[in-house]
Amino acid sequence: MKNDIILSGVGGQGILSIAAAIGLAAVANDLFLKQSEVHGMSQRGGDVQSHLRLSDKPVHSDLIPYGKADLIISVEPMESLRYLPWLSKDGWLVTNSAPFINIPEYPPVEEILKEIRKIKNHIIIDADVIARESGSIRSGNMVILGAASPFINMSFASLEDAIRKLFGRKGEEVVEANLKALKAGRELSGK
Amino acid sequence: MKRLLLLGDEAIAQAALDAGMSGMYAYPGTPSTEIMEYVQSSAEAGQRNVHRKWSSNEKTAMEAALGMSYAGKRAMVAMKHVGLNVAADAFINSAMTGVNGGLIVVSADDPSMHSSQNEQDSRFYAKFAMVPCFEPSNQQEAYEMVFDAFEASEKYRLPVLIRITTRLAHSRASVSLKEALPERERSIPSDPLQFVLLPAIARKKYKALLTSYESLKYDLRISKYNTFKDGIKRDLGIIACGIAYNYLMENIGDSQVDFPVLKIAAYPFPKDLIKDITERCNEILILEEGAPLVEEALRGILDNGIKIFGRLDETVPRDGELNPAIVAKAIGLPVSFGSEVPALVKMRPPSFCKGCGHADMFDSLIEAIKEYGPGRVFSDIGCYTLGALPPYSAINSCVDMGASVTMAIGAADAGLFPAVAVIGDSTFTHSGLTGLLDAVVKNSSVTIIISDNSTTGMTGGQESQATGRIEQICKGIGVSAEHLKVIVPLRKNHEENIRIMKEEFEYRGVSVIIASRECIQTASAKRKSAASGN
Repeated sequence: MKNDIILSGVGGQGILSIAAAIGLAAVANDLFLKQSEVHGMSQRGGDVQSHLRLSDKPVHSDLIPYGKADLIISVEPMESLRYLPWLSKDGWLVTNSAPFINIPEYPPVEEILKEIRKIKNHIIIDADVIARESGSIRSGNMVILGAASPFINMSFASLEDAIRKLFGRKGEEVVEANLKALKAGRELSGK
Repeated sequence: MKRLLLLGDEAIAQAALDAGMSGMYAYPGTPSTEIMEYVQSSAEAGQRNVHRKWSSNEKTAMEAALGMSYAGKRAMVAMKHVGLNVAADAFINSAMTGVNGGLIVVSADDPSMHSSQNEQDSRFYAKFAMVPCFEPSNQQEAYEMVFDAFEASEKYRLPVLIRITTRLAHSRASVSLKEALPERERSIPSDPLQFVLLPAIARKKYKALLTSYESLKYDLRISKYNTFKDGIKRDLGIIACGIAYNYLMENIGDSQVDFPVLKIAAYPFPKDLIKDITERCNEILILEEGAPLVEEALRGILDNGIKIFGRLDETVPRDGELNPAIVAKAIGLPVSFGSEVPALVKMRPPSFCKGCGHADMFDSLIEAIKEYGPGRVFSDIGCYTLGALPPYSAINSCVDMGASVTMAIGAADAGLFPAVAVIGDSTFTHSGLTGLLDAVVKNSSVTIIISDNSTTGMTGGQESQATGRIEQICKGIGVSAEHLKVIVPLRKNHEENIRIMKEEFEYRGVSVIIASRECIQTASAKRKSAASGN
């Protein structure tokens, strides 16, 4: 088993929490794991990506080779397209549709979505809306993780456990909000 | 056996704690920062009272670590590659004095310059200083090497360099921990002159260093990390150093290694193994992350021996970091590729945070200096270097820590008027103080703007040695009170700040303007932590 995942978004959007949740679940499942963080020089506002590699055998490269990613999980639509050279031909792209616009020449969202729809396997979700509906506007990242969860080779329950561990210190309320967001995302991609 | 999910940086920090380190010294710098941060947040380090405060710069960190080693304890100092330039004087001479307690210097290189000014390869420094160098290929190896590095350091009484690169520093994997060792007892060196590099003593010590460097390669603590695996395809032998080995294995896999492969992860060069693989194979490919250190040595000046492929003949690109595709191409394997990035995807360059004080400072500076023409602002290394990019395009240099002040002095000496320096508070205490003293002593015609956000912002908001002290420091160095101005870079003060800047540009002597407003990231983090009652 091998699961190569690229996480993408903009600095401050919570992709490192997604990485941490998958990482914790992988450790609990006794999988080999490498998770490489790539961020530019600024703390906020620049593009951010993380390469996550899960396998039942030792993982060599910290970076996923081009054309080998099984899944792109993106919390921002334009950012999801930046990593297409890594996506394998049967890979899935799961992305938020809500744009993070902090550059003047940001393209029209409709055109971005049109490009995403050209990918054979894609799921587009307005995570910000779903997060609001599930009562926690800040857990859009967990909605996206939930939507991507069918394509991650680990049980949904192990992701739930990871979220309990990850947010446990912040109190039961935060844990519940994130679990709810995760489930909402999962249900959407199940449809 | 306890296992933890750790970044390469964190694996090194955890190992140092487990190996009985008593003191950690560092100045923040990507990609090395998380080493110190891990030790700072470690509960165990707290209980043991392991020293773990930031230093003003890499040189002071290196020297303090050497002092702890002098006192018989194990110490580690960490920095980014260019930080080793700052610490070089102390580092090179620490090989001459030798150590007492084990001393490890970690230098984190940044090939491809993700957040650096160059991509220098720290392995050259180890060779230059004639000390052992470890170059881990993965997190587990990094963890284990720290134990061997401390032991080798104490056995040969030499500092040991651990060289990592961005990918390992910032990649997480599961690491199995070893049994923890106690800290060492305090002891002063048995030879009272060991650390006294008077010429007569230094000459003897240098001869001893030359001898010990030769014997290092036979030490098992070093040599065990260099491994040779024979293969059936003898036409090509591959030498892969450090993390390059991972990219090679990613391509050729564990089970079906056809080529003879020599993995080098510790230096001095494993001469016997290199001789062995070159005798077996008609041609050699060398894969190194960083500069062609092994390749140059193997080619020699005349380059008339065996056929060698590597960075120097561009089988591998001469610059930039490696990846699985580059290595695949180098060994003649096909490279798969997903689909092209659609043309509508735009770059998202880093930018100032909304509400950043540096941005307001630049808004005023641009207005104030407009009438004098372009090309008069020297700057430095920090978030404010973003002032070079549009829409600001406000600075004309970013060279090394502190160079804004001293380049402005030189330009003023050449008659450039006004000569303005823009430097952050942490960079100012790192390497700006001595430049300011030069300016005061010569009464240079410079205006130095210290953009003070009370933190080391670009590396994530570590404490800045200057916080609350800048005014006093400037006064102490001799800046006159009339030309030491403190402004608050806020929109509402824009006109007033322009007026103050213009006034100080016109003064033909040393002016310092402290533009002081807390970094909005650290301010908001403080608010959040106060709100949650932590």
